[in-house]
Amino acid sequence: MQTNRYSLFSLLWEACRGNTGWKPAWRKAEPASAYDFVIVGGGGHGLATAYYLARRYGGKRIAVVEKGWIGGGNVGRNTTIVRSNYLLHGNEPFYECSMKLWEGLEQDINYNAMVSQRGVLNLFHNDAQKAAYIRRGNSMILHGADAVLLDQDAVRAKVPFLNVDDARFPIKGGLLQQRGGTVRHDAVAWGYARAADRLGVDIIENCEMTGLRIEQGRAVGIETTRGFIGARKIGLACAGNSSRVAAMAGLRLPIESHVLQAFVSEGLKPFIDCVVTFGAGHFYISQSDKGGLVFGGDIDGYNSYAQRGNMPVIEDVCEGGMALMPRIGRVRLLRHWGGIMDMSMDGSPIIDRTPVDGLYLNAGWCYGGFKATPASGLCFAHLLARDEPHPVAVAYRLDRFARGAVIDEKGMGAQPNLH
Amino acid sequence: MRLTCPFCGSRGLEEFTYRGDATVRRPSADASQEAWVDYVYLRDNPCGPHRELWYHGAGCRSWLVVTRDTRTHQILDVRNARDVMLAERMSPEGKGEGS
Repeated sequence: MQTNRYSLFSLLWEACRGNTGWKPAWRKAEPASAYDFVIVGGGGHGLATAYYLARRYGGKRIAVVEKGWIGGGNVGRNTTIVRSNYLLHGNEPFYECSMKLWEGLEQDINYNAMVSQRGVLNLFHNDAQKAAYIRRGNSMILHGADAVLLDQDAVRAKVPFLNVDDARFPIKGGLLQQRGGTVRHDAVAWGYARAADRLGVDIIENCEMTGLRIEQGRAVGIETTRGFIGARKIGLACAGNSSRVAAMAGLRLPIESHVLQAFVSEGLKPFIDCVVTFGAGHFYISQSDKGGLVFGGDIDGYNSYAQRGNMPVIEDVCEGGMALMPRIGRVRLLRHWGGIMDMSMDGSPIIDRTPVDGLYLNAGWCYGGFKATPASGLCFAHLLARDEPHPVAVAYRLDRFARGAVIDEKGMGAQPNLH
Repeated sequence: MRLTCPFCGSRGLEEFTYRGDATVRRPSADASQEAWVDYVYLRDNPCGPHRELWYHGAGCRSWLVVTRDTRTHQILDVRNARDVMLAERMSPEGKGEGS
């Protein structure tokens, strides 16, 4: 007998019989000749899309095609932070929807994704930043999220080892979202893959899309390294490779691909119990349950498809860390890596139909895609199933650039490396 | 990654600022909205050789047109942006100097 459902009972049962009954989390599916829905890209967003499509929208005959292996892309390359602390009306309801889905995720997919609502603390260092964070906090509360403004003493009490009295960047306080936190990133991929597989979704790894077949203006299937796969509807969720895949349909996107690096230190005893972000530079840090410090900063800033970055940004990130938390100065770096971000022209994502019938696009997540995984999947599934945008994703239209309806959270303009 | 500036020689990345795709061209003021949307927002974003603008801010302050492979970060070519633009204007398809 094989064990399907994870529970305390199944754990004890398997423990008593030498863990011989666990079955693989998902089948190694072979591509069928045709499906109702084909999702291109087996990352977090693609797998979540397939799961919600099958679970909530009654989708049948669904496939996810992935050029590598599940968990090998950005879903396994991020700093695991989840939060819903956005300002603009086009964004905040979406990210709050995502936050609520994270809160129920593990019961929903019967998988321990180690959702940890340990709090996200954004520090400010001057009056102007404080005013901006008050505004942001109010926007969050008005949209049904949670936010608390901490003064300097409260920050000092919560995270005592910060460089609060620094001469150049004194910490004046912070905006805390207690419901934010971290999620075990690759468990999200594995959990969604397993849950989707159990609903009959075919997860086809090592199958790269090489072309799109269009007949009479309508997408009818994809060419892959494992042959042609027909599809009634095709959803693209290809993150950093979105432009390459869209080019197969003759589309140019408002997207540049950039590399973002992330870092993990050697394992240490627990001492950082929340996510902390530095307000005077770009640096964010949390501590994993294994003890490693997980941190990151800016993208490198130039177009790249290489999953590795360069030294100046590493130096900049480490300087930010030292300015914020001098005590980590002698900690050794264990490893670092890069992922390819689909940086959009206004810093916000796109979940929309394309000009090609039957072809749908989910892209432009910049370097904030991980926290959006559940809502991105839900909204993309909604769009694929019903051909209309989900209520929390109505602003994420592809034509918003031409209409002048950009969602520019940072107010940087059409310069992708500044978002 | 290091860039070889035509004026300063091989310099580290931290001296430079990235602007983006060097192949887009500003449309005329009376061009269609599609042409402007294309210019401001849409990019080829190639996986492979990419022509791009870099500014040598901590050096000679020249604008450079760099051809770089986005898969490997290999630098294939670096030119002074002014020379590139002048050559383009003087070419048969160009409008000539001063137009």
